[in-house]
Amino acid sequence: MQDAAQYTLDDDGDQGAADGARLVLSGPLTLARIAPLERALKKLTGTIHTVDLSAVDEIDTVGAWVVCRTAREHDADITGASEAAQRLLHSVQGIGAGGDLRPPRAPVWERVPLAVGDKVYAGRSGIYGVVAFFGQILIAWVSLARRPSRFPFKALVHQMELVGVTALPIIGLMSFLIGIVIAQQGSVQLEQFGAESLTVNLVGRITLRELGVLMTAIMVAGRSGSAFAAQLGTMKLTEEIDAMRTIGISPVEVLVIPRILAATFMMVLLGFYASAAAIIGGAVVGEVTLGIPFWTFLSRIQEVVPEHDLWVGLIKAPVFGLIVALAGCYHGLQVRGDSEEVGRRTTMAVVSAIFAVIVLDAFFAVFFTEIGWG
Amino acid sequence: MRVNNHPEDDAPPIVVEGLVNRFGDFTVHEGLDLTVRRGEILGVVGGSGSGKSVLMRSIIGLQRPTAGRIDVLGRTITEVDLDQGIGVRRRWGVLFQGGALFSTLTVGENVEVPLKKFYPELDPKLRREIARYKVILTGLADSAVAKYPSELSGGMKKRAGLARALALDPELLFLDEPTAGLDPIGAAKFDRLTRELKETLGLTVFLITHDLDTLYEICDRVAVIADKKIIAVGTIPELIATKHPWIESYFNGPRGRAAHASHDRNQIGGDQAAWQTEVDG
Repeated sequence: MQDAAQYTLDDDGDQGAADGARLVLSGPLTLARIAPLERALKKLTGTIHTVDLSAVDEIDTVGAWVVCRTAREHDADITGASEAAQRLLHSVQGIGAGGDLRPPRAPVWERVPLAVGDKVYAGRSGIYGVVAFFGQILIAWVSLARRPSRFPFKALVHQMELVGVTALPIIGLMSFLIGIVIAQQGSVQLEQFGAESLTVNLVGRITLRELGVLMTAIMVAGRSGSAFAAQLGTMKLTEEIDAMRTIGISPVEVLVIPRILAATFMMVLLGFYASAAAIIGGAVVGEVTLGIPFWTFLSRIQEVVPEHDLWVGLIKAPVFGLIVALAGCYHGLQVRGDSEEVGRRTTMAVVSAIFAVIVLDAFFAVFFTEIGWG
Repeated sequence: MRVNNHPEDDAPPIVVEGLVNRFGDFTVHEGLDLTVRRGEILGVVGGSGSGKSVLMRSIIGLQRPTAGRIDVLGRTITEVDLDQGIGVRRRWGVLFQGGALFSTLTVGENVEVPLKKFYPELDPKLRREIARYKVILTGLADSAVAKYPSELSGGMKKRAGLARALALDPELLFLDEPTAGLDPIGAAKFDRLTRELKETLGLTVFLITHDLDTLYEICDRVAVIADKKIIAVGTIPELIATKHPWIESYFNGPRGRAAHASHDRNQIGGDQAAWQTEVDG
């Protein structure tokens, strides 16, 4: 047995060159061995009247395909095929060679307007989708208000635990570190005016008004908003949500409402908790590097931070929680088709939630300053 | 069909000896033995949760058994590092239950994947041609080659999955419930396709199924998994003759009898057709 498939051209002298040559293939015509032979065969020019397979000792469908194609290109007959080879040749015979494996791609001048048009339509259906989603939530609220016994308390408590309680360690640690950074960096700058003691004002006001709530919202978007989208998206794919509908359970009532309530309520507690953790972080820096005793730092906070700073944070927190939960649930319920869509929608949920939170935070900042809570 | 000149080729392609699979306290297989003969279609049946899929996963090296020895095409799967190239992957093809097509690639590109992986020296044009004729060989239309899996129906996905399993002209084909979820017409066509491919390409087929029609129509032998081992292997009449209660209720239940009856009818019809062609020829 030969190691590679080979060919020889036999000129059949007595028949004359006009008829062309006889192509004799030998060796194994299998996928593993055929690559060099196939390349050589493609370069063959001149007429060939027969392809002789009698010296072939092994053949598979790839070999049969190459033989068929060569015979077709040269308009040659195939002889000497064993019974098995004949069956293989027969099975691949009628199949055309042309065509690409990818769907045809339109030229650029068609593709760009098409893509723009698609985006416009997607934007429109996005707006419809959001309005419809708000409508569904409203309907669910009304029907729950009519029959409070149907309210999904268990799911609510479960979601509160997932969104709030299990987030405590990571949010506490994050906020504590942020407090340390603000106090440490702030004191370096304030020192230049000889005003290190104002570090207390800096830490207290910025964490209660802005950073405590904002960072918590970003963390909740990453932890829970993404989880909402992925859970609901997977439930959509596995037809769980359709199953609920057919039994007469409203998926918005049992899935969306508890998540929205849990995120809204827990954001208030988490936001406050984060601010407290950040202040403690600041107090630790005060004790260690600024010479302000820990407890003095904390009691100074009470004196220098106006009460409305706390309210600013506590008013923003539920709004941010609501946005994060709405984005997560909305994108989760928009999943259709395949598992790739779950990933895409989860990303969109987190990105749109964080973006909306930051935009809204800017509006809040202006608003609260305007009403004199500066 | 390959003309075989390799000495090892006379050996059975799959030999399982004393296979034990245990997940925690739960034992799936306990001393399971099975030999698959070259060139046969072996049907594997068993109740739900009896470990049919686990057996297949053990044989193709997706799962390391707790104990036992599995030889596939002359390689001892239980002794090789499964993350490495194990030398036999290019000689088998696997069709998973849902087709398991790569969703970001078209059907044609799916078939190209194993060709690219194992035979990078192939001319890209030839590789595309191979991918294309494989798809058409499994009975899909020309236009399906450039479609994405999400655009295909369940039956078409299975055919596309089969095309990918056949991409390398394997000697050994694993089919996991190929007709589950297909309508009876589609299932019958798939059975016929399996039989045809086996005869043309000389395949050995390891076929897990719940479909009694498939068992009657195309399987040369049937292996029954129950009580954590293979309790019997043989043709269906041989199995029924064992008088094992599970086998009896499996083949002599209402569905088993119906499948048997339709098989008998087809046999007569098939003989008629063969006779007809002889006369015509």
